[in-house]
Amino acid sequence: MLSKSKIFFKGTVAVLPHMLSVIPFGIITGAIGIELGFDPILVYATSLIIFGGASQIIFMQLLSGGASSLVAITSVGVINSRHLLYGAVLSEYLEKLSFIKKLFISYFIVDQGFAESNKYLKQNKNLSNPHYYILGTGVTLWFCWQLSTISGIILGSFIPEELGLKFAIPLTFLAIIVNDLRKLDHVFVMLVSGFASLILFDAPFKSYIILSPIVALIAAFIMLRLKK
Amino acid sequence: MTWISIIISGIVTYFSRMAMVALIDREMLGTKVKEVLNYVPAAVFPAIIFPGVFFNDFGSFVEITDPKIYGAIVALVVGFYSRSVIATIVSGLLSYWFIIFFLLR
Repeated sequence: MLSKSKIFFKGTVAVLPHMLSVIPFGIITGAIGIELGFDPILVYATSLIIFGGASQIIFMQLLSGGASSLVAITSVGVINSRHLLYGAVLSEYLEKLSFIKKLFISYFIVDQGFAESNKYLKQNKNLSNPHYYILGTGVTLWFCWQLSTISGIILGSFIPEELGLKFAIPLTFLAIIVNDLRKLDHVFVMLVSGFASLILFDAPFKSYIILSPIVALIAAFIMLRLKK
Repeated sequence: MTWISIIISGIVTYFSRMAMVALIDREMLGTKVKEVLNYVPAAVFPAIIFPGVFFNDFGSFVEITDPKIYGAIVALVVGFYSRSVIATIVSGLLSYWFIIFFLLR
């Protein structure tokens, strides 16, 4: 049986490759906040309090562009609502925990951590203390995100823009799902989501981020019904 | 005002992380819902990938010759056969850089 610290460490190792995109993205996020004219403490507060890359950038861009607080908050809420889906999946591994522990671990649920945890825990259903794996991924990503946004705030965007490191973001998510391309049903759901996102891209409040998954999950539901 | 907005945004975001974990009892989800949840990664991540590859910074479609498309194809093929996260990201970035720094110069 694996000890708790070993399980935690496994989670840490699983998300390390994603640092290739998380760290540049964090630096960019910090640097953009300063460029937009926000107080450094305020920029950092978004990393600590909101803790969600894309939503932090949109939030600061909207406010600096003169949008109302309500629009900025709504956009953050819409973009981050995908975490509801992550929570629904991960709750399988967290249901035995006390309420307080659930509240604590929830703060660390993020894209890459969810994806790696889901992948590993699905194959290791009998693992005791699976929440340590989720924590290992989440806490590692949290630390790197905090440190990289702070360095972006202090040093500015010291990564040359010509490198186009923003491209690392779609790549990190591609790396997450590329293995599921072996399963036709998953490929179908991916294509529905991808094309929906291209069609819905201009929907208000960046809502394509949650509308496309909903469309794809409905398609998955219909597909499962037809299969039977 | 900005501070209040950050805090409310933080609460909203935290709620989205916490609600399904701490407030919903799994028994309430039917077996059909649980089956559909298997497709969450397949349903969520393409909605981030496709716009990231096929749209430019101004939200319009890139041309068919855009280096991002070819970087993504290389990453897809390498990732599929290597099953490695790091190989997927690195091969995508390297091929993207090769195109913009060597082929397009």
